[in-house]
Amino acid sequence: MTKVLMTGNAAIGEAAIRAGCQCYFGYPITPQNELTEYMAANLGRRPGCTFIQAESEIAAINMVYGASVTGARAMTSSSSPGISLKQEGISYLAACQLPGVIVNMSRGGPGLGSISAAQSDYFQATRGGGHGDYRTIVLGPASVQELADLTHRAFEMSDKYLIPVMILGDGMLGQMMEPVEFKHEAPAALPVRADGLRGAKGRPSRFVRTFTSNPPELEELNWSLFRRYQLLQKDEVSYENYLTEDAKLIVTAFGIGARIAKGAIRQARGMGMKVGLFRPITLFPFPAEQLKALANNTKYYLDFEMNMGQMIDDVKLSLEGAGEVSFYGRPGGVIPTSTEVLRVITRIYYQKGLS
Amino acid sequence: MEKFFSRPKSLKPAVFHYCPGCGHSIAHRLCCEVIDELGIQDKAIGVPPPGCSVFAYYYFDVDMVESAHGRGAAVATGIKRAYPESIVFTYQGDGDLAAIGTTETLHAANRGENITAIFINNAVYGMTGGQMAPTTMLGMKTTTSPFGREGKFEGYPIKMSEILAQVKGTCYVERVAVNSPANIRKAKKAIKKAFQCQIDGLGYSLVEILSPCPTNWKMSPIEAWQWIDKVMSKEFPLGLIKDTTSKSDAN
Repeated sequence: MTKVLMTGNAAIGEAAIRAGCQCYFGYPITPQNELTEYMAANLGRRPGCTFIQAESEIAAINMVYGASVTGARAMTSSSSPGISLKQEGISYLAACQLPGVIVNMSRGGPGLGSISAAQSDYFQATRGGGHGDYRTIVLGPASVQELADLTHRAFEMSDKYLIPVMILGDGMLGQMMEPVEFKHEAPAALPVRADGLRGAKGRPSRFVRTFTSNPPELEELNWSLFRRYQLLQKDEVSYENYLTEDAKLIVTAFGIGARIAKGAIRQARGMGMKVGLFRPITLFPFPAEQLKALANNTKYYLDFEMNMGQMIDDVKLSLEGAGEVSFYGRPGGVIPTSTEVLRVITRIYYQKGLS
Repeated sequence: MEKFFSRPKSLKPAVFHYCPGCGHSIAHRLCCEVIDELGIQDKAIGVPPPGCSVFAYYYFDVDMVESAHGRGAAVATGIKRAYPESIVFTYQGDGDLAAIGTTETLHAANRGENITAIFINNAVYGMTGGQMAPTTMLGMKTTTSPFGREGKFEGYPIKMSEILAQVKGTCYVERVAVNSPANIRKAKKAIKKAFQCQIDGLGYSLVEILSPCPTNWKMSPIEAWQWIDKVMSKEFPLGLIKDTTSKSDAN
């Protein structure tokens, strides 16, 4: 398969179709409309597939819930304000142990915010987001290629663990064009989960519900979810180490922020500073042990995010005091330059006497 | 001796948790009789709401999936689109369909989603203890309209069936009641027709059932039956509201 030039949003759509996504439900919001439009054009008329422009984000996520309960692969996408509306449905998906893929091409907040790229939804994404004691799997791509790869992985993981998966991108990733290679062909037959609810034919009737008047039963559901989160932590963490082997200072960053940080790190290396990057790709499960392991050699960390400091909580929890963590961030949809990050790196590098 | 009356096959042999005189148990039974008669027990998927009927899956012997409050029509849309061979019905109360789920309901109807809605109108929020519903009658006292519902403060009883009949995607809407043997027979006929619409692929069908809630109306079951005739059906007239099935121009 050769590479094609695509926007990030369209690449997600193509990758989803190739992952056997049968149903897409969306609602217009910038900066993710290219994905909804791609699905309207390319999924809606495929045999057996469904595209609906829903009346709201709430309706869209509840359509995902309905489609998922039948065993079909289903997804929705939105951007920050719309993702807030979807939280009700995500909580129900989590409670019913139903898979589903949710894309957040996040933008500046709070409120209606801006339409510029931001990373301010990290807390919402990685802490569950809706009501109740649950998490979603959260994937943080940093390129159009990774958007495509992680979209495929999102469907696979969601079906395997019966946990909804959120792809946490941003407005810049969604709208920029890069060469991308799709590593999978669309399946000949649409995948259907064996436990899908398709009528009580040849078996007793079943029901899927979240409400119970028996708290211990609900407690057991929570335990069951948490056991799976532990499995995720063991088996599914992904991350990137970039020039960390000899680094005296390691930048921690995710998604598009990590792309900007890489530019700064390359410049710093050119200036003789030993700086590296640790980039979590799975934001939940967070690669905690892998980050902690770096503290054997590196004591200084700079957490860089396009927000006021959210992932830094996970960085500090992972390091457990084994490293000293500084922070630099720009909230509100302001996109920092790598030169700006380089200035911060340089300041810390010399202040800490690392040269 | 010939057995001429028994529990429908699609109704589980369970004891209803509903209050004495509640209309839910009658509506459940009617739906199950229809499911049996149409032979769709093995492809029916029901979508009950939060509310008194949240435990509907303890009674209906068909596949069921609980919906978030008001989202039944969206959930049913997802099910039907993903698996069109199924016969999907929502079972929704007045708070669910006429307040929090108005948007989902109206747009599912407008898209002509090929699903069936059983809409229980008892003029109150039952499960939560008798609060005012969008369908509460003017002058009616509830826990959140303690002085009686007054139009200028609390608005007016909303007629969802008439509203839903306006949209092109709806093929059949009828309002019935379960407060007398004659009305119960009419209700069953309407429910059967609504399911038949879906089987025939004609679009969105809805049966509104005026249903007694003696507990929250603070009446005896008999008084509640009479109140539906004397008061409630004056605001919500019984009968056919829309039927395009013979023209087959729905959708």
